[in-house]
Amino acid sequence: MKYAALLTNDADAVAAWEQMTPGEAQAARAVEVPKWEALYGELGPSGMLGFSVELDSPTTAKTVRVRDGETTVTDGPFAETKEQIGGVMVLECEDLDTAIGIAVKIPVALTASVELRPIVGS
Amino acid sequence: MSSIELTFREGWGRAVATLTRVLGDLTLAEDAVQDAFTIALERWPRDGPPDRPSAWIIATARNRAIDRLRRERTFARKAELLARLEALPTEEEDVSSIPDDRLALVFMCCHPALAAEGRVALTLREVAGLTTTEIAHAFLVSEPAMAQRLVRAKRKIRAAGIPFRVPPDHMLPERMQSVLAVLYLVFNEGYSASGGAEHVRADLCEEAIRLAKLLALLMPDEPEALGLLALMLLQDGRREARRGPNGELVLLDEQDRARWNQARIAEGTRVLEPALSRRAAGPYQLQAAIAALHSQAPRPDDTDWAQIAALYGELARRQASPVVELNRAVAVAMADGPAAGLALLDRIELDGYHLLHAARADLLRRLERTGEAAAEYRAALRLEMNAAERAFLERRLSQLA
Repeated sequence: MKYAALLTNDADAVAAWEQMTPGEAQAARAVEVPKWEALYGELGPSGMLGFSVELDSPTTAKTVRVRDGETTVTDGPFAETKEQIGGVMVLECEDLDTAIGIAVKIPVALTASVELRPIVGS
Repeated sequence: MSSIELTFREGWGRAVATLTRVLGDLTLAEDAVQDAFTIALERWPRDGPPDRPSAWIIATARNRAIDRLRRERTFARKAELLARLEALPTEEEDVSSIPDDRLALVFMCCHPALAAEGRVALTLREVAGLTTTEIAHAFLVSEPAMAQRLVRAKRKIRAAGIPFRVPPDHMLPERMQSVLAVLYLVFNEGYSASGGAEHVRADLCEEAIRLAKLLALLMPDEPEALGLLALMLLQDGRREARRGPNGELVLLDEQDRARWNQARIAEGTRVLEPALSRRAAGPYQLQAAIAALHSQAPRPDDTDWAQIAALYGELARRQASPVVELNRAVAVAMADGPAAGLALLDRIELDGYHLLHAARADLLRRLERTGEAAAEYRAALRLEMNAAERAFLERRLSQLA
């Protein structure tokens, strides 16, 4: 089965990132990157990791709607929530427990959350 | 329950588990097993039951599943599933070599990705073999609503990819908690009697005990499984005595102890001892040990309250909750006097819980602070509770005056 893992970030943590000087951001990244490299290093050979992307900050989001033929584009994510989507991974695994086993190793599971959704028809 | 019914109950879970493993689909498995039982209902009363009813059911369900699949024209994976079914033994005599897959079935039905009410319903349907009608009656919901609940849960298993297997070691402790909680929910639905006919409730307790026995049998190295079984047996031993002649709730210290089911209590104690000797006491074993101490007292005054208070203290360390603290405070009040208990109760924050007010009322009554006691009884009575509890508190309030 295929699962979409929707990776969220804590909104306050995102806001803190936005406030960082370039030097601070670089230092923070230096802490984060090895965690992700470890995850990819483990998942890569398993063949269970498909498509995977990191999304830019929610402040860069544009939300598009068409109502009665009229298009509106608003600034920001579709909903202001405590946790916001920061990335998407597609996991290909035998069953839900295997997917949960991967989700608990994704770094944001410790600070925000990972939402697992089966991909329909997979 | 007739011998045929009993065989049904015993054979159902085993057959559903085996067919689910082979077919990889709970609904297909259940349909095949249901067919087998329908055939049994026709034949057994006429020809007498087979020598090995459970094996007969599995062999017949296998054949019915093959027939059903052959009739399907377009079913994906048809050839693969047929081959797997055909690999199952055909002769009843050989079925005993098939591994018992019921534990995998239990873990699938109790998977935390399912809604709690779905877990309970599914476990009773698939593992215990209750009919949808029986489960609907036990939980006081309409039959269509219960059927819908079961369908939703089965659909979720398929859509979310909930596996049919015993979880790996690193997931086992968490999953075990979910299984134990589901079985205890079944028991409490029967024991606490929020409504419904008494015999339906008693049957539910029996089913919960039967499931807990199965779990203890399948997981002999899990002391908490034994702890849960012991807890159920010990509580069930007092079930009859908890009801007065008009169905009212009778508290422990006012129960007629001659009405306790001593065989049940002895069985519970026998189950608990080897579990405790493993020195891995978890919440269910601790609660069972508390229940055992109550059961050992010939009269209320003989209760070893100091030991019970210590066990609640241990329980609170493992499973901090206001309800456990409330019980500890009550035990301390019995061991060291109402003032000591009241001091502990004052530290508990549990808004809107009628039993906290009821406990405070009782201790204030014993301290002869009548006005305050009456106020607490009234505060409790403003909250929700079942009719038996309400009658009890109203009676206590009227006795104050």
